[in-house]
Amino acid sequence: MSRTKNVPDMRLLFEKSRPGRVGCNLPAPTTPEVDLQNELGAIRTELNLPELSELEVLRHFTHLSHINYGIETGFYPLGSCTMKYNPKVNERVASLSGFAGIHPLQPEETVPGALEVIACVQEMLQEITGFHRVTLQPLAGAHGELTCLMLIKAYHEARGDHGRKVVLVPDSAHGTNPASAARAGFSVQPIPTNQEGLTDLEALDAALGPDTAALMLTNPSTLGLFEKNIVEICERVHRAGALVFCDGANMNAMVGTTRPADHGFDCMHLNLHKTFSTPHGGGGPGCGAIGVQANLAPFLPKPVIERDAGGRAVFRHDVPQSIGKVSPYYGQFLLAVRALSYLLAFGREHMAEISRHAVLNANYVQARLKDVLPPAHDRFCMHECVLTAQPYKKHGVRALDISKRLIDYGFHPPTNYFPLIVPEALMIEPTETETKETLDAFCDALRSICREAVENPQLLHDAPGSQVVGRLDETAAVKNLDVCWRPS
Amino acid sequence: MNIPSELKYTKSHEWVRLEDGVAVVGITDYAQKELGDVVYVELPEVGRTLAEDEAFGTVESVKTVSELYAPVAGKVVEVNALLAEKPEAVNADPYGEGWMVKIEVEGEPTGLLDADAYAAVCED
Amino acid sequence: MPYIPHTEADRREMLAAIGVGSIDELFRDIPEELRLREPLDLPPSMDEYHLQRHFFQLASQNRSSANTLWFLGAGLYDRYIPATVPAVISRGEFLTSYTPYQPEFSQGYLQAIYEFQTMVANLYGMDMANASMYDGATALAEAAVMAHGLNGRPKVFVSEAVHPVWRQVVRTYCWAVDVEVVELPHTEGLTADYSAVDDRAACLIVQSPNFFGAIEDLGAARDAARKAGALFLVAADPTAMGLLPPPGEFDADVVVGEGQPLGIPMGFGGPLLGLFAFKRQFVRAFPGRIVGRTVDRNGNPGFTMTLRTREQDIRREKATSNICTNSALMGLCATVYLAALGKNGLRQVAETTVRNTRYAIDRLTTAGARLRFPARVFGEFVLDLGRDAAAVQRRLLDRGIMAGLPLGPFYPGMDGCLLVAVTECRLKDEIDRFADELQEALA
Repeated sequence: MSRTKNVPDMRLLFEKSRPGRVGCNLPAPTTPEVDLQNELGAIRTELNLPELSELEVLRHFTHLSHINYGIETGFYPLGSCTMKYNPKVNERVASLSGFAGIHPLQPEETVPGALEVIACVQEMLQEITGFHRVTLQPLAGAHGELTCLMLIKAYHEARGDHGRKVVLVPDSAHGTNPASAARAGFSVQPIPTNQEGLTDLEALDAALGPDTAALMLTNPSTLGLFEKNIVEICERVHRAGALVFCDGANMNAMVGTTRPADHGFDCMHLNLHKTFSTPHGGGGPGCGAIGVQANLAPFLPKPVIERDAGGRAVFRHDVPQSIGKVSPYYGQFLLAVRALSYLLAFGREHMAEISRHAVLNANYVQARLKDVLPPAHDRFCMHECVLTAQPYKKHGVRALDISKRLIDYGFHPPTNYFPLIVPEALMIEPTETETKETLDAFCDALRSICREAVENPQLLHDAPGSQVVGRLDETAAVKNLDVCWRPS
Repeated sequence: MNIPSELKYTKSHEWVRLEDGVAVVGITDYAQKELGDVVYVELPEVGRTLAEDEAFGTVESVKTVSELYAPVAGKVVEVNALLAEKPEAVNADPYGEGWMVKIEVEGEPTGLLDADAYAAVCED
Repeated sequence: MPYIPHTEADRREMLAAIGVGSIDELFRDIPEELRLREPLDLPPSMDEYHLQRHFFQLASQNRSSANTLWFLGAGLYDRYIPATVPAVISRGEFLTSYTPYQPEFSQGYLQAIYEFQTMVANLYGMDMANASMYDGATALAEAAVMAHGLNGRPKVFVSEAVHPVWRQVVRTYCWAVDVEVVELPHTEGLTADYSAVDDRAACLIVQSPNFFGAIEDLGAARDAARKAGALFLVAADPTAMGLLPPPGEFDADVVVGEGQPLGIPMGFGGPLLGLFAFKRQFVRAFPGRIVGRTVDRNGNPGFTMTLRTREQDIRREKATSNICTNSALMGLCATVYLAALGKNGLRQVAETTVRNTRYAIDRLTTAGARLRFPARVFGEFVLDLGRDAAAVQRRLLDRGIMAGLPLGPFYPGMDGCLLVAVTECRLKDEIDRFADELQEALA
């Protein structure tokens, strides 16, 4: 049998380079020539960058796009990542030169439209979350967490309460939570999740003390479940003199249905690149707005953007108790433009449809799969469901094998092995923008794979076989570290 | 699974061989299998004094990091320099070439398990 | 609402499959009193046509580099963005993908990131570079915290000629982990006095070209860092690397930079691109993601994220940083930009910048302004106008010129100073016009 599959061209830009080529018709100089040595002192002699024609550059990256997968390629049910449709109109408006061609340090009176965009996003997010103030300055979700913890640190310090050095983090939390707490100078104490997948109130009480600065809680939890006792939890933490941070990774379950500030949280971060549909771009840029109650507002990063008496959006640089700057300017402005375009498209009439259909889709997938992939907790889920592939372990099949096989069926795999407390976890977040037909096709694929897992597990172990590469040797990647091409 | 009967063990999957007041310490066959391919071992400086159960280093595979805990109290007198170059020795020969530290034992170790008790831990 | 595709029949069938009568029943875990009873108080929804009109109107209120003659830089520059850059990054396979956690499905992006890492390492003359950070300022702050984490020393020394906004970000990050930031004075626009740097220094930070555009003596800075046993951190503009000897030639431990000039719009300051290059010895300590080349199970070459155990999702509170999302798409901009320009193109951009800068200095100083510092510069310089620079800036704005950045708010006593940037995009005639208008303003 002969293989006819084309061998893909995996050459690097550097390997396609020919000395002397330039791939751009650059601005020609119009000013007199200068003696570079005279102007600069020493001049660089060696610089290795590839040299290609413009068409070759485009073909290179077009080829790379063909061996990459995005939401526009197909279904992307990566749990906790909220991979929903990124509307095209948002891209169009963000590319307007009146937004893209402005500088953060140009005079305030020359950017009223930009400040209006930021103020509108802040106000709409305040209404959606219920918080007193929102700032867009943090640059990504983890950066929003870090900023919130810095605010909490400043809050305790301003009260002269210097002994609060510990942040409580449930064992089901995202890794960014403890890492952000450490970066804000706190030590981390894990607290367990109970049998129902919720915060263990007794363990919480035992952990709370005069050294507790805050509790970081994801709601709905990373198990896709709503903390039924959230009001009680926040009250207990407050009674202990600590504050409560809400990890907003799962806000998609709540938009228009319930507001985190009403639950008793003091602050939260939002991932605009998840909930509010700014494209994730293969790992960023993110956009990590935060919301705070009035108790934390004096400490917000500066400048603050707010409205003056006449209703105009303006900077306020005088924020005497501010923690300072967590990012150089006003956050991911061009993503704020996209988020506003998304928010205004939904508006008052349709905002709640986001959470309602996200939850409907997740429960539908859970219902269609529960006989082959049992849910970690047999309850209605929120916007995502956490299933376990534990029944297939006895056939030598792990969650990862199922995921890799899904690639052969043309679907992006769910999140694997998270949350850490669920064995063989498959965390599926369909989002509201997927059709029933897509969900059916996905569920059919998973059901078929579960049959294969019993009848022919080798198919799963060998997966994926449909891509330019098979499973990669990650041990070799670490041991023979090659992160930067060098001419051989 | 290989659990040599002449060694002592901890619940956190270290093994100990006591030789004239010096404890040779490594991780068990069970632990190395659970970790997968070991790519890095971080060991303490020679001369550091450890309390029993104190974390003294880490062992890493591609996607996990495990802390190493001192099974006995005492001073670190030698670390296995080979592991910097050849961390895979932990997989290939956990009880031999893959040993990690030697500790000059101070006081009486508490809570070490014998091979049978450790086997029961692994079955849980 | 077209972004949600469900028909009434879909909803009915799906609810039946779940075994409930309404979507509300699915929310029963949310206590009744926490559920919203009324729609939120938000603006009414807008259709696509009206959305566009609304944003056209907002955008048109701003003065941009498209309708103004631009000489404002200060770390973010109005450089030419080749048409290939937006063409590539708007491809949905890149734009709408997540972090490449499933390498078999993400080879395209992973290869591009590997190429990006190689380009950044080459630009700065360093061993390796990571897959990007949020921006230059936070990249610098992360580098400072990394230095403290490595040697445990309690102070970070940073030159006053480092971008003032970047220094503010460094200060916030350092405050959070109880590290003191000490600023070193500049003399005539250059860092010269390193006498304060002692054995309590975790790192020494300089920028070259610095905030004033001046080219620092990196050899002297390195010697000061080495003498104190501190890490040597350098911030450097990537375009300048087309002509200037890279910080790697001065034994820098970490080099960071703002990658915006590499094909990314100024965008009111976001999203930007943090460049982070480092010596091999820090391979277990650096923040952020990195992509490595390896082989698949059939021995074919392929790419994957690697050195993952440093990261927050595995090491949690002991991670080298909390960073998770980076700036991959902006990194892709830079990769396409540098591929399109190549070494000759980048050199040409740098050289045209130097020519334009020289011409602008000569013209503007004969127009009545004084060059504030005598140092050699790349692409940017400080003019002393002898009067309130902000007022002059405003006057020139009325004539369609964004003249630069008044330095009074950033440096006490520099109210009369203006930081002027001249990129490769400016024409001789445009510089002449700027000079003529300035002459009139100063007359």
